[in-house]
Amino acid sequence: MLTEKTLEKLRILAESAKYDVSCSSSGTVRGGKQGMVGNTVGGVGICHSFADDGRCISLLKVMLTNYCMYDCAYCVNRRSNDIKRATLAVHELEEIVMEFYRRNYIEGLFLSSGVVRNPDYTMERLVAIAKDLRTVHHFNGYIHLKSIPGASRELLSEAGRYADRMSVNIEMPNETSLKMLAPEKDHQSVFTPMRFIQQGVLENKEDRMHLRHVPRFVPAGQSTQMIVGATAETDRDILHMSSAMYGQPTMRRVYYSGYVSVNTYDSRLPVLKQPPLVRENRLYQADWLMRFYQFRVEEIVDEANANLDLEVDPKLSWALRHPEQFPVDINRDDYEKILRVPGIGVKSATLIVNSRRFNRITSYHLKKMGVVMKKAKYFITCHELTDGYANPIVGINELHPERLKPMLISKAQQKKAAAELQLTLDFGEGNEE
Amino acid sequence: MLVYTIDRTLDGILSAVFDAFSLHQQPEVLVGKGEPLPLFCEEVHEVRTADDRAQRVWAGLEKRVSKEAMRLLAVSYLSELPELDTPLFKYMCKVFQQPKGARSIERNFSDSDVLAVTNIFRKVMHERLRMMQFVRFQKAKDGTYLGVVSPDHNVLPLVVAHFQDRFGTQPWLLYDAKRRYGFYYDQHEVTRITFRDEEALPFDLDNGKLNDEVLSEDDKLFQDLWRTYFKAICIRERMNPKKQLSDMPRRYWKYMTEKQ
Repeated sequence: MLTEKTLEKLRILAESAKYDVSCSSSGTVRGGKQGMVGNTVGGVGICHSFADDGRCISLLKVMLTNYCMYDCAYCVNRRSNDIKRATLAVHELEEIVMEFYRRNYIEGLFLSSGVVRNPDYTMERLVAIAKDLRTVHHFNGYIHLKSIPGASRELLSEAGRYADRMSVNIEMPNETSLKMLAPEKDHQSVFTPMRFIQQGVLENKEDRMHLRHVPRFVPAGQSTQMIVGATAETDRDILHMSSAMYGQPTMRRVYYSGYVSVNTYDSRLPVLKQPPLVRENRLYQADWLMRFYQFRVEEIVDEANANLDLEVDPKLSWALRHPEQFPVDINRDDYEKILRVPGIGVKSATLIVNSRRFNRITSYHLKKMGVVMKKAKYFITCHELTDGYANPIVGINELHPERLKPMLISKAQQKKAAAELQLTLDFGEGNEE
Repeated sequence: MLVYTIDRTLDGILSAVFDAFSLHQQPEVLVGKGEPLPLFCEEVHEVRTADDRAQRVWAGLEKRVSKEAMRLLAVSYLSELPELDTPLFKYMCKVFQQPKGARSIERNFSDSDVLAVTNIFRKVMHERLRMMQFVRFQKAKDGTYLGVVSPDHNVLPLVVAHFQDRFGTQPWLLYDAKRRYGFYYDQHEVTRITFRDEEALPFDLDNGKLNDEVLSEDDKLFQDLWRTYFKAICIRERMNPKKQLSDMPRRYWKYMTEKQ
């Protein structure tokens, strides 16, 4: 039976798990089964709630235990931190998952753990819970398992039979900075399990071609996460790493986690007043460009622009660097080219290419379809704008990028940027030195 | 200006299409019966809703547009929005007016009626998703799980299949407090229900809470656990109430355990 103590444990372990960003329940469609509880809907998954920090709550994200033998500088649960430690009993966790699920609070479980004794011992306990949920509790919802770096291949392939998605976090795009902050880890220990899982998925696919009843292996693929702003890596390093990750056949998502200063006493880490939220947002935008907008990573960041522009989004920034690609003719150019116009997204691009087979699309139609004309108007032609002498078109090539850019940055943003340049004197209580 | 008045049912709109073609007319606006007529309205025709006519029009539509478009028409009707009637009516008329062999207009989003109906369809589907997200069940003593909602659009019929698939092993009742009806699942089939005596409801319509005498014993504990979890998972350094509100508007909060 659950008691008040469970409440406290759940609080501690959720607080320990919350810095892991991944929470999606996407990637698998599995209908309900006779006698089983739950299904997975696929698509982008279902978010059941949104916390006060605006992040989606889809899975019950919790650690089995937050005792850990490692001492990674960026982690709240590092061995040298003096925080409350707890361990959930197996039956407690399973009961919480089932009862939460039945009340439509969650899509499933995201289970992670601190490393106790050794990686295999820890992994074994995670696998046991996933197995129990599937076989004893007949749970058919979503399970995301964290694979512990250094766990054995046998355990991973057993885990893959019960989990929908598995993840190993890269944490740092450069091995040197990973070694600096997490002396017990290296890239080898991250990439080995990743490769195991990938092999498992590919072999399983092959098997299923011959025998349809072979159970699926990690059907929703893998995900991983990188910490942003804790070390000196540029956005270029980070995005090149994600691009390489997306090159792997089973990698579905790379998450970026703006570093929250949890261990302020550690001199290896920067002291940030606030997590780098804008930078994190720009990285996600760049990630979207790679996944849905057919951008290559070299187009988004290069040697001259190793970091993403914080003032404008990466798509607009690319457009401003490449005026020769514009204007795009809405009525003639390919879907791929239209997709690259700032202010036009996947939805409106699809509407445009569908509708232009019937009649010529004008700026009136574009506005109705939801195109952000404030941005897009500088990058497109749709015949009506080429008015000759009376009404000359004002596009990126006429205005030049350097004059256009300030016009596209909002007033509020400009004020904020000006305020940041201005030094302020702080006489408050903030200075303890 | 020619105005048709209808009884605001789907059959009514279909009958209006029938009338428009049999009378060789092209009304500009459809108005619900008893509602104020627009200015400069010269002629009013009252549409008589007839099942057989509606069915003929529906069958005619099925011949001319794809299954997805038929679904779009049916789902958009669930929005219950008064501004849907005229575009939906005009959309249907345009389908019949097309020359034979022409490309179906269902994908012509530069047509304002097609776009309007499509946008309303999107709204309804979004509301459906929100029901799948934000329904919160409470367990009663007899083992039934109760979820109360009051969606903007009449989307309950669209989510029943999802909940039946997901919670096939437990009896549940989904109740729409705004439209006063619900769906009950007894582990075999789903039935549409209404309560004859609203005084005797075992739950509160305003916040969806089950009365204490019927609430199962451990439900309070799980509600507390869920609230604890909800608070614990938030990172205080990243507070962003604006995003929370845009993804989870305040009108859904009254039935949600973590926000009560």
